[in-house]
Amino acid sequence: MLNTMIEIQNVTKTYYTGDVESQVLKGISFTIKNGEFVAIMGPSGSGKSTLMHILGALDTPTSGAYSLDGQDVSKLSEDELADIRKNKIGFVFQSFNLLPRTTVLRNVMLPLVYAGIEGEERKQKAETALQAAGLDKDHFGHFSNQLSGGQVQRVAIARALVNNPALILADEPTGNLDTKTGEIVLATFQKLNAEQGRTIILITHENEVAEHADRIIYIRDGVILSDTKTHAKRTIK
Amino acid sequence: MKIADVTQETCAAISSNKIRSGLTILGIIIGISSVIAMVAIGQGAQSSVQSSIESIGSNLIIVRPGAQRGPGFQVSSGRGSARTLTQADADAIMQEVSLAKAVAPEFSGRYQVTSKGKNTNTSITGATASYPGVKNIEIDHGSFISDQNILGLSKVAVLGPTARDDLFGEGAEDMVGQAIRINGMEFKVIGITVAKGGTGFGSQDDMIYIPLTSAQKFLAGENYVTTINVQAESSDSMSEIQQQITDLLLARHNITDAANPDFNIMNQADILATASSVTETFTILLAAIAGISLVVGGIGIMNMMLTTVTERTREIGLRKAIGAKRLDISLQFLIEAIALTFIGGAIGIVLGWAVAFGVEYFGFTQTKVTTASVLLAFGVSAAIGIVFGYYPARRAANLNPIEALRYE
Repeated sequence: MLNTMIEIQNVTKTYYTGDVESQVLKGISFTIKNGEFVAIMGPSGSGKSTLMHILGALDTPTSGAYSLDGQDVSKLSEDELADIRKNKIGFVFQSFNLLPRTTVLRNVMLPLVYAGIEGEERKQKAETALQAAGLDKDHFGHFSNQLSGGQVQRVAIARALVNNPALILADEPTGNLDTKTGEIVLATFQKLNAEQGRTIILITHENEVAEHADRIIYIRDGVILSDTKTHAKRTIK
Repeated sequence: MKIADVTQETCAAISSNKIRSGLTILGIIIGISSVIAMVAIGQGAQSSVQSSIESIGSNLIIVRPGAQRGPGFQVSSGRGSARTLTQADADAIMQEVSLAKAVAPEFSGRYQVTSKGKNTNTSITGATASYPGVKNIEIDHGSFISDQNILGLSKVAVLGPTARDDLFGEGAEDMVGQAIRINGMEFKVIGITVAKGGTGFGSQDDMIYIPLTSAQKFLAGENYVTTINVQAESSDSMSEIQQQITDLLLARHNITDAANPDFNIMNQADILATASSVTETFTILLAAIAGISLVVGGIGIMNMMLTTVTERTREIGLRKAIGAKRLDISLQFLIEAIALTFIGGAIGIVLGWAVAFGVEYFGFTQTKVTTASVLLAFGVSAAIGIVFGYYPARRAANLNPIEALRYE
């Protein structure tokens, strides 16, 4: 039986620039169950980035309710949101965002530094996450500029995994990669979803990328246009 | 975030741009070392002035004749010119002022002195046997004037080393038994004093001592003294003795107006206090000038930290996205700033110490590095780190994670 991981109800987000008011999200509601692999798709300007920020507890909605893993996160303070991000969410970014001049292992250990996990346990968790993300042990001591794009993104996935989050949020994770490397990264997500039962949300504007997920939520102009199961899920041999 | 992690982050951050960190630290090094060196020079000057004042004697009270201004006289004949103090005054002080440990009256004046082929004009002091004890004078060769010499009006002289060199040439050592002529009269040298070095109050090395009675009879022709030196038992009784002497002399000289005496009493502690306050002002002035460079160094820290925060905006965004709180971020940058000033402070203290040592070693002036100035410098450098690191750290902590992650 799958539990509800994410429940958002009638979420809106309005930005004010001076006197000009622009509503980016105009009432969005959906539920994501534990262990689902969902793609949120939409062209640029559709509001998917804003939705990602709200789902990732980087921002709060103007109105509406958002419950993550049974906890209401729609009206938290900045530091409370930081706690949610620390304990429940792992981010994978388009531009990787690894620390320069820092080894792969230390990059992956970074979330554990803030989570207060120390010593040998910290190292073990990081190594386990790197292996789960499919990175060779030889690369653990390398710096990020010594790795290929695909390897760098797998380090970033390991970093998202390391603190065992309830939700992995990937924002255009293949945007800076060539098609072949992108496929490998998407396969990594599929594997994590299938084998470890991770809940993954993939934000993208590309149909081919979205089709790697089980379900696609299509957003346009701040409203959900469609929410469908993927008919022919793409898999990599 | 644990201390060990913060330390590691800080080391990595500082070493990641060694030249920039080094230059920033250099600013603090220059600031701290100049404060240390300047304060050391100031305090060195202070202690050298103090020791030279203390070399003229310990717990000393000096009584000199004051301005002579009788009733109806509008013109003062000048302080010290009056001939109001006598041998009898000195004897009365010795007898009646119970706290006085020793009394040494003296008569001094400048006279022409000659020896074989040499000629000098120097200070002649008529002294008593108690004089060396009161004025901290030690004898190198021969002996000082004895009570016997006083009673017998002996024509004997004790030379200071400078006076000896002037009269007998450089390097003349033991001149006991030689003859000199003071004001045309022949005196026999019976002793040479130990060199004390120059003092701020006239060198005691360029001095010739003769018996007080001889000076009064042969040189002054009158029975007065120019100074009465009184040594107190301890520094605590100084002001009490001063009062007793004042009362005694006012009574002896029949003066009713205590505000207008014909004598003048100086207390060594007062002289010391005055000189100390001068050198203290001097020290503060030097430290203030050096302090300016420390502030400039602090601004350098702030400048570097602001640049660092801007450069690492994306990193800050990432750290926030993975759960760093405001405190974690601000602590990281604040500690980086404090670490920079601490490194600069530590090197600056060593360098300042070396400069102070060098200044003394090469004989420019005496210096003194105190624990207090080192602690102060360390405290100031840490404070500068906090003050100038606070604003950049707060800026980093206030960054919006979404915008920080998008920052190019």
